[in-house]
Amino acid sequence: MVAVAASRQIPRKPLLVGGIVLAWLVLWLVLRDVGTLPLDASQLTPLHRWINEVNDAVGASRNTNPVFLYFFNEIRLVIDEFVTLIQALIAQPSFGRPVPVIGWLGVVAIAGFVSLVVAGWRVALLALAGFTFLGLQGLWQESMDTLSLTLAAVAIALLFGVPLGIWAGLSDRVHRVLTPVLDFMQTMPTFVYLAPLTLFFLIGPASATIATLIYAAPPAIRITAHAIRSVPRDTVEASESLGATGKQTLVKVLLPSSRKTIVLGVNQTIMAALSMVTIAALIDAPGLGKTVVKALQTLDVGTAFNAGLAIVVLAIVLDRVTTAATERRSLPRWALFGGLGVTGVAVYLSHTYLWAAEFPSDEVEVGSSIRQGATAATEWVQDSLPVITGGVKDFVTWALINPLQALLAESPWFLVALVVVALSFLVGGVRSAVVSAVCLGLLIATGLWQDAMVTLASTLVATVIVMLVGIVVGTWMGRSTRADRVIRPILDAGQVMPAFVYLVPFLALFSASRFTAIVAAVVFAAPVATKIIADGVRSVPPASVEASTALGASTWQTIVKVQLPMARGALTLAANQGLIYVLSMVVVGGLVGAGALGYDVVAGFSQGQLYGKGLAAGAAIVVLGVMLDRLTQAAARRWTNQEVR
Amino acid sequence: MDPVISVRDLWKVFGPKASQVAASDELKALSRQELMDRTGAVAAVRGVDFEVAPGEMFVVMGLSGSGKSTLVRCLTRLVEPTSGTVVFEGENILAADAKRLRDLRRNKFSMVFQHFGLLPHRTVADNVGYGLEIRGVPRAKRAERSQEVIDLVGLSGYEKSYPDQLSGGMQQRVGLARALAGDPDVLFFDEPFSALDPLIRRDMQSEVIRLHREVGKTMVFITHDLSEALKLGDRILIMRDGQVVQVGTGDELVGAPADDYVRDFVKDVPRANVLTLKWIMRPPREDDVLDGPELAPETVVREAVRSVLGAGKPVKVVRDGELLGVVADEEILEVVAGEA
Amino acid sequence: MARHNVLAAVLVGALALGGCGGAKVGDTSSGAAGDCGTFNIAINPWVGYEANAAVLAHVAEKELGCKVTKKELKEEVAWQGFGTGEVDAVVENWGHDDLRKKYIDDQKTAVNAGSTGVKGQIGWYVPPWLAKEHPDILDWNNLDKYADRFKTSESGDKGQLLDGDPSFVTNDEALVKNLNLNFKVVYGGSETALIQAFRQAEKDKKWVIGYFYSPQWLLNEIKLEKVKLPEYRPGCDADAEKVACDYPDYDLDKIVSKKFADANGPAYQLVKNFQWTNEDQNTVAKYIAEDKMKPEDAAKKWVEANGDKVKAWLPAQG
Repeated sequence: MVAVAASRQIPRKPLLVGGIVLAWLVLWLVLRDVGTLPLDASQLTPLHRWINEVNDAVGASRNTNPVFLYFFNEIRLVIDEFVTLIQALIAQPSFGRPVPVIGWLGVVAIAGFVSLVVAGWRVALLALAGFTFLGLQGLWQESMDTLSLTLAAVAIALLFGVPLGIWAGLSDRVHRVLTPVLDFMQTMPTFVYLAPLTLFFLIGPASATIATLIYAAPPAIRITAHAIRSVPRDTVEASESLGATGKQTLVKVLLPSSRKTIVLGVNQTIMAALSMVTIAALIDAPGLGKTVVKALQTLDVGTAFNAGLAIVVLAIVLDRVTTAATERRSLPRWALFGGLGVTGVAVYLSHTYLWAAEFPSDEVEVGSSIRQGATAATEWVQDSLPVITGGVKDFVTWALINPLQALLAESPWFLVALVVVALSFLVGGVRSAVVSAVCLGLLIATGLWQDAMVTLASTLVATVIVMLVGIVVGTWMGRSTRADRVIRPILDAGQVMPAFVYLVPFLALFSASRFTAIVAAVVFAAPVATKIIADGVRSVPPASVEASTALGASTWQTIVKVQLPMARGALTLAANQGLIYVLSMVVVGGLVGAGALGYDVVAGFSQGQLYGKGLAAGAAIVVLGVMLDRLTQAAARRWTNQEVR
Repeated sequence: MDPVISVRDLWKVFGPKASQVAASDELKALSRQELMDRTGAVAAVRGVDFEVAPGEMFVVMGLSGSGKSTLVRCLTRLVEPTSGTVVFEGENILAADAKRLRDLRRNKFSMVFQHFGLLPHRTVADNVGYGLEIRGVPRAKRAERSQEVIDLVGLSGYEKSYPDQLSGGMQQRVGLARALAGDPDVLFFDEPFSALDPLIRRDMQSEVIRLHREVGKTMVFITHDLSEALKLGDRILIMRDGQVVQVGTGDELVGAPADDYVRDFVKDVPRANVLTLKWIMRPPREDDVLDGPELAPETVVREAVRSVLGAGKPVKVVRDGELLGVVADEEILEVVAGEA
Repeated sequence: MARHNVLAAVLVGALALGGCGGAKVGDTSSGAAGDCGTFNIAINPWVGYEANAAVLAHVAEKELGCKVTKKELKEEVAWQGFGTGEVDAVVENWGHDDLRKKYIDDQKTAVNAGSTGVKGQIGWYVPPWLAKEHPDILDWNNLDKYADRFKTSESGDKGQLLDGDPSFVTNDEALVKNLNLNFKVVYGGSETALIQAFRQAEKDKKWVIGYFYSPQWLLNEIKLEKVKLPEYRPGCDADAEKVACDYPDYDLDKIVSKKFADANGPAYQLVKNFQWTNEDQNTVAKYIAEDKMKPEDAAKKWVEANGDKVKAWLPAQG
């Protein structure tokens, strides 16, 4: 059925693609290692030096420049005050007291009560248990610091993000302008702007908050815009036809109708903010991130894991609360008042009595068991698995990474550029070809062409693995509710557990290598792709599955011929998101042997004279991201449109 | 009596050079396809004229893509017309500023939508009261009026339900109630029942007929369903490719189709149900016996069958004592048999 | 009815808890700070540094009554902090000529506060088992003989030289080229990657050679051996492209902000006077890294055992 027209048209395309690739291979043999534009680790281009000079000049003028004195300083003061206030309430000794205003008992009660009101009984119990667990881990204060910073960053992100998203939802022009800016914010590695941020906003909560919110605000903006755009046309017209003003329609129709989706945006923002916890710790952000970073200095996996687990617990509680908040519910009055009463009493006690203020972690504690358990598990893994994992690494490196990298990084730049532009044209027409050409030009301008090609090779391999994992696990989850229930928390953990925690065992298993970086990227990116695919498979109409079963199809046939093809929208979205997530792990990859752009960024953050190169490498990652994103979107449009034709 | 709505040479062109098209007689003369090829613009509504009388149920009928939905939106400027005039109670709506337009929408007309357009986060009562809320009507008064129209459309007992808890038919009753709540002069319906099951659709059509009788409002009703148009419409406007093909009562369309398009359209209509005697009567012949019963020319054929066949002689069609023609067995049988 | 019951229960519970409440907040008050004021010390992310900082912080707090604020920062950001007034001292600095030029010579926001007494070495290291079984490997001239053994998935047909703690300047690509070695520099990218590689190499008798440095807490655990490169002579590393000699020895020093030095308070005196040995630092670093003591406790333990050394650092009375 899938379009007779398409079947007449399609066979030519693979032939063309095959032809291009074949020509590439032949030319590669001839032109190998010609015009590959390499750059040694310590070499710089004029652009890199120029960026260094600009950076120095900005730093030197810090105390005289009015922009610093009156603009950045004011912003910093406001944000610092805000974060410090939240910290004073729940995390840090404040107002001349040796403990925060609200102690652990009060915070646990508030968390439970808020969850009860917005998300119901079950989630409230989860919140109570989760928050108490943080105390039991011996990480109460660190967790509260992290929570303070996260709440502050999320609040500010929403304060600006939701209105911007609404604006972008109402105006196509704003949407067009905003999209590339958001792409930039999400794919530019944080390491690149971490040091300059401390120059602008000084070391402290303000810089950490701003670093977090640069990364965390885009989902809120995007999803809000999307939500506003998806309110049914009829509903808006109905309101207009009744004579509503623009403001009335916005406040009474658009916002309430898109509330559910906007809450999901809030949820995504919280998750993104939590994933920045460890990186923000590099500029003295208080909280769990510091524990992780510090533990890493002595390769203390147990301690790092314990802190990472606390981040996961926070993430899961916040996720479940915000997700459940999208449903309509009403609480019986007695429960509301009862809860309020209990919470009030708990807050009072935790303000007044030491036992309720400071978590009695000396008496009851599970943190040390978790630390020991994680250390033992890591040691076992490191001792017994490397034989197998080493083999896997060598195979993948030899069969996938090396050939692809040879082709991309050892071909002359003009050959690669030609091939990419030609393939873009086949996939998405003139528009795509132009976008790709511009992106390739920018890559050359960064002076990091060969590094970019090495990174591109690893990125593509990682994305393929992400999709394989996503399709297998996602299909399983989509078909079985039970599998979904068990696997989902694991995926959540994979997404928010700081990469720093599992880098140590991964290094033991796979040594410092490109493959290690790929595995780390897969751990981070596969959960997203898997969830998208699972949702896609689940939303295939049951009638189609029944029809297939009724025709005597085997389970395998049903999956391959019905469920996956019908979920193709989800598949392409998963590939797109998978790619973006893999790219956001390029820098982490640089820490475990991936070299190339990731290492350039890390080194740029650590060594002043490499700053310009690091920034250029960050820009190269953004450019790669934009190019791959536009290409997959074009491919997705083409693929999903076949159905219509 | 003056018409409530009077539309003159109304154009709506979508696309980059919309205003250019509307200003050029040459371009306006092109067919839709030619215009598309020449300028890339799509003319959804092309030079439409019609009038709606007070209290009339005016139906606009056309297939999808005929421009009927755009037309009805132009009348309230939910879609901004490119050129022409729309006069509502003596006022050119296209000249109204934003504030005046809002006033008109709040007080003078309201609309019922194909996909209901209800607010999912509000109860039935709050949905119905939404228009009043926008006008700034106090809460108590709003509740009172909402309850009245909820009772009127037969939704009593569902005030506190949410739209997603109701069936499609009930949801559209909410849409109807919302439109009635503001006591508008004119109600616009944009294919309100096409998303509903046939049985429920029939109920809703009867409901609209009942309401039309009870509240006596002027109504403009868009549909793609000819039988719905014939059932509801005092007069029917047939649209094709953005242009008016024919305006007339149901029996006029069936009895005297303006062109092959309309003829083809009405081909399968049960003529006996639509045609009146004036369409089948013939002048009395020499040999006719003219002492049979008398019937009005507006009598529908189906209702006349029994009298005519039972009379045994031609029936006189008379208005105001004047003999217009006669109808005998053969005329009746021709219509009735033509259906088979 | 239900509501009343719940409220009643809550109130009863509250009263009960209040009655047997235990210690109240504010019952114990902390000691007041002395006249030293606030001392902002940067904590760079390695254990040796942490040892210096912990001991200094301990002494500043206990002996001088300072309020010490530790700020965990990478070097670049810490130096930047001199200018913004947020960092008073960096207490173990490895060379960093570029930062010196920028902040001491150009911006004049930082000044040198003398040596820490600790000597730093950078170079190429191999695990002890390798040095023992193939002693000749400790001379760079023999490295090519073993190049094949050092091959990995990353280095292809050459030997792998594991490099790339991103915080340190490296000449290794130039060295390999100029010494004509059949090796390829592979960028591990983090100290963690280097440590993990050496640990595994020693445990499983794997062939690893890599960039490393001393003092470093790992050397307490595994006595890595340094490979002899062509001897360093002043100026032989002037042109980064043509380097063919070993890394210089570093006299690790202390850098403080100009303001902090000019104020010349007790904390500055302490930093200026602070000097100890590689051995001292290794002891404290071992407490922290291997015995998993908190830095504060490690410092306390060392200070208690070395009272005379500490006394010499204290500002002259009067």
